[in-house]
Amino acid sequence: MRSTLTSPATTQVESMPWRAWWSFRNTLVLARRGVARIVREPSQLLDVTLQPLIFVLLFVYVFGSAIKVPGGGNYYEYLIGGMFGMALVGTAQGTAVGVSTDMATGLIDRFRALPISRSAVLGGRVIADLLTEVIAIVVLVITGLAVGWRIHNGVDDAVLAFGLCLLIAFAMTWAGACAGMLVRNPEAAAAVGFIFFLPLVFVSNTFVPTQGMPAWLRVVADWNPVSAVASSCRDLFGNPNPSSHIAAWPMQHPELATVLWSIGLLAVFAPLAVYFYRRKSL
Amino acid sequence: MRRNIGLAGQTASLDESLTGSGNLVMVGQLCRLPRRRAQRRAEELLTQFELADAGDRGVKTYSGGMRRRLDLAASLVTRPPILFLDEPTTGLDPRSRLALWDIIGTLVADGTTVLLTTQYLEEADHLADKIIVIDRGSVIAQGSSDELKAQVGGDRIEVTVAAESDLAAAREVLAHYAEGVIHVDPDRRRVDASVPAGARSIPAIAAAMSKAGLLIDDLGMQRPSLDDVFLKLTGHSADPVAVHSEKAALA
Repeated sequence: MRSTLTSPATTQVESMPWRAWWSFRNTLVLARRGVARIVREPSQLLDVTLQPLIFVLLFVYVFGSAIKVPGGGNYYEYLIGGMFGMALVGTAQGTAVGVSTDMATGLIDRFRALPISRSAVLGGRVIADLLTEVIAIVVLVITGLAVGWRIHNGVDDAVLAFGLCLLIAFAMTWAGACAGMLVRNPEAAAAVGFIFFLPLVFVSNTFVPTQGMPAWLRVVADWNPVSAVASSCRDLFGNPNPSSHIAAWPMQHPELATVLWSIGLLAVFAPLAVYFYRRKSL
Repeated sequence: MRRNIGLAGQTASLDESLTGSGNLVMVGQLCRLPRRRAQRRAEELLTQFELADAGDRGVKTYSGGMRRRLDLAASLVTRPPILFLDEPTTGLDPRSRLALWDIIGTLVADGTTVLLTTQYLEEADHLADKIIVIDRGSVIAQGSSDELKAQVGGDRIEVTVAAESDLAAAREVLAHYAEGVIHVDPDRRRVDASVPAGARSIPAIAAAMSKAGLLIDDLGMQRPSLDDVFLKLTGHSADPVAVHSEKAALA
């Protein structure tokens, strides 16, 4: 015991930049693991590819046939912006299930025993899930184009819209990580996702304009971050956006509202996720 | 601190969606090995743990014993000088258990200090240099396996005579060499007692028996098992027991 305990690693003190560099490297290693997981377990990928695709087809051809967009315009042009909002919620749900799986299998315990930073474990997860969000966006764009949706404004605006989607998806994945850490088992995480995320998607302007909703519900829907993202996309792609006639502040400034929501969600859920990771995985 | 410690728990802490080698490479990289070296180390460990053929398969397809071995391999990527094993063989089949014992024995021989907890006293007896028995949260005994066994009275001699009528005579002969109570079991025609001199007293006892004209069917030494020790110490059957294996003195 005497010879081994004095090995240099115990006495080594690391400088801050060096620690930050390794934390960054570890985040990338763990992000790569997340991607490998997507490749090897396509069920997770189906959630962000096939599910939005089915929703687009259902809403365009089934529900859409009975929905009139206030102020004119095609429903399929209206819908796709909402679908981008729905995709980011699906991504957060995927994070919740993924994190709770890692908790349940004990993998988080392995990570805790390794000399790696807490933020690397969560950051790696979030980055991998952002990649699934990118895949979801690509699938949606292709599906949208196939059903007749078009980007009418310039490339700049389109890039800005996709950027906003990724920004708020990034913030939402931290909320998903918190949920996954709290429930600790994948089935429960999926159930929690259903209970919280589904209303989040439906009580918004994702599928139908909020104008026809009861007044109290309209307030909720108009201030829903998903509505802000959907309106931003419609606005920036030049699609019909009846919400622009709504007086509620987020509907008048959807892009700014999306950014503020992202900052707010990040400020709350990122530290909370790190806190849960520290406490829960003991 | 964490760099000097390896940890393997009761359940395998692995990424089910990765391959065996993928898990080890990931751990290696997280422990700051460059990719190439992490891969080489993964190959080494897979070979050492007889998982080389399964390295490219998903962990999902692994059996319980394979998972446990891979989990142990993952905790050894950085060759930690201290290794904590929490009931490493719980729920394993006998073959996997023996294989894992071999591996742990090799690690200890190479200078790793292993702290392992187990409910199986046989495991403690086999692996540990120093054993700490914990019952209901407090340490009730510690020492080497031999020291603990000596606490319950050391070696016992068992003599089986050919005829039941000889039992009394056999008991009398044994009384000269034994200490404590001499048990007589008429059904098995057997007397047994603890003998302080251990196996060295066998020839003398055998000679004395034959001198007394006793016909002996069987005569042998019985070492107490750690189970006996535990029962004696606690007065009830086995609760979780912590065992401390420390070969560091050899390192």
